[in-house]
Amino acid sequence: MIRIDQSKVTEALARTLQDGCPFGAIRIDEADMLQIDASCRLCRQCLKLDTLGALTLDEGPEKSVSGDWDGICVLGEFLNGRLHPVTLELLGKARELAKGHMPVMVALPGHSVSEAARFLCDCGADTVYTYDDERLAAFEPVRFAACMEDCIRRVRPAVVMAGATAAGRSFAPRLAARFHTGLTADCTALSLSGDYELHQTRPAFGGNVMAEIVTKAARPQMCTVRYRVFDPPLRQNKGNGRIVALRMPEPAAAAEVLRVIPKPLEMDLSEADAIIAVGRGCATARNIEDAHRLARLLGAQVGCTRPLVEAGLFDPKRQIGLSGRTVKPKYLIALGISGSVQFAAGMAGASKIIAVNHDPAAPIFGIAHVGLCCDAGAFLPEIIQRVEQEKETQKEVRA
Amino acid sequence: MRIIVCIKQVPGTNNVLLDPETGTMLRSSAKGKLNPFDLFAIEQALALRACFGGSVTALAMGPAQAESSLREALYMGADKAYLLCDRALIGSDVLATSHALSQAILRIGMPDLILCGKQTTDGDTAQVGPEIAEMLGIAHVANVTQIEAHSGGALHVTAALEGCDCQYRLEPPFLACMEKDANTPRLPSYRRKKEMEAQSVQLLPLSNLMDADPAHYGMQGSPTRVVRVFAPEHKETRRFLEGSAQAMAEAMLGILKEEKIV
Repeated sequence: MIRIDQSKVTEALARTLQDGCPFGAIRIDEADMLQIDASCRLCRQCLKLDTLGALTLDEGPEKSVSGDWDGICVLGEFLNGRLHPVTLELLGKARELAKGHMPVMVALPGHSVSEAARFLCDCGADTVYTYDDERLAAFEPVRFAACMEDCIRRVRPAVVMAGATAAGRSFAPRLAARFHTGLTADCTALSLSGDYELHQTRPAFGGNVMAEIVTKAARPQMCTVRYRVFDPPLRQNKGNGRIVALRMPEPAAAAEVLRVIPKPLEMDLSEADAIIAVGRGCATARNIEDAHRLARLLGAQVGCTRPLVEAGLFDPKRQIGLSGRTVKPKYLIALGISGSVQFAAGMAGASKIIAVNHDPAAPIFGIAHVGLCCDAGAFLPEIIQRVEQEKETQKEVRA
Repeated sequence: MRIIVCIKQVPGTNNVLLDPETGTMLRSSAKGKLNPFDLFAIEQALALRACFGGSVTALAMGPAQAESSLREALYMGADKAYLLCDRALIGSDVLATSHALSQAILRIGMPDLILCGKQTTDGDTAQVGPEIAEMLGIAHVANVTQIEAHSGGALHVTAALEGCDCQYRLEPPFLACMEKDANTPRLPSYRRKKEMEAQSVQLLPLSNLMDADPAHYGMQGSPTRVVRVFAPEHKETRRFLEGSAQAMAEAMLGILKEEKIV
């Protein structure tokens, strides 16, 4: 905590500190003493403002890491018969961080995981520890944590990475608590310093500030990373990786999985992560068919503007805008949409807006992060062809 | 059924801004509010109480000002409220916070069900709920959209995962982190406010917990350290390109690859 040497506090300093605290935790009490209350978030701004050396940060006695911890372990996610792509991305990052100096491992609980395990070896894992059990086919946090714990106790990795997926965000905290260590959520950058200290960067205090975080005196150093933050590794020659089959430990208090209900592919637009939106400049039957084809290729949902609903071309559920749905996708591709204020209001929450329109003066270009000025109808077959080709090439490289 | 709902007071606007020039943080709005995700947990608790009877206790950890958020829970319908408040808790990371809350839960008395919101709007980690469950040695389910009663005291819990919903059967005690929009939270009622105004929020200092060793809380009990804060890079530059459909498609492919969409 922050300690105050009241003898060094002047009235001016007290006022500067009181006004400068972003969390309103510093105040001057009735006895004119400077006080820091429990709202303190230890952001350390006051230490910067303190020109007189009145404040000191007391971190408590220095602790050190006990025992040897070496290597990087990725907590793999294989659920309902599918390897989550975030596992591959983490494996790619782990290899990059290890630089060949430390082992890269994957813990892989699941049902019928052998093929996925071989694939992970081919993608650069030195060892994949599998826990193959029927009861791991669907996600249950306690059982997954039990397997991961078993693996971590065996291999004692210095770094443990999990995907920040619904499953990862559920089982990884249990592990962190079990090992009395830190867990940094949703890291956007990771690097290893010379002494194998993991520097984890994540948004803090609400997202407009980035914080770099390290795990002191506790191992393993644990973090989660969202899908699509890092690049997947390219599949290499048949790897030298080893597969070690282990048995799922029997945990005490696990939930019983009753059933898994697959979500319909047709999802609500307001929940979609990716949207292809079409407007009047892209409204022929051919255009709309192409838009659906592109959406299938990219795993996106199709939305539209109001005139297309009025023309009977789309179901009203597909309409984006003030009188339709408000959407918040990671990206939105607007095709042949001029960008009325009513439409813009419904999609302002999109993280990335790419607009294609033939009119350089269209208001949509004032909102879009990327504007591509050309005929949207002619653009569609061109982009479809290129995306198909790219997917084909990637498949060949990975196969 | 005895239920404890863990809530938190968060800054009124969830954005603290960093001056990119000087690297100093600018004050967020001083007034705190109840973490909006917690409303769904409170509502779920009240609905279960209506169904099974029992009690709903709200628990928060934070500064004295957090009392107003606990009062909001009382005015929505909670029976009791506890505020875990101690200077020794300053600087607690996820592990130290979860330890403190699990200790407070043991102090209040182990309930049948612990409910949490999905995450907080200031920390955004979604990790405290599952860590509390681990520390108390009970099962948990996150991303919960529905909790239904079932025969023999067990509950059926539905969670929204990626690509599927999963339904579980659990015996109390367990912990559930409620998904956003799992229900429609009621508003605090004026009548209830009048009734509950005299009800005090009980303060829990560290000395009241079974583990009262300050070294296990706050900064000392936190394995993580923030070593640096900085403003995010804004590479948000607007781009505008003009050309043939082929050239534009080529540019688009580049963007799709850059954004890891293909």
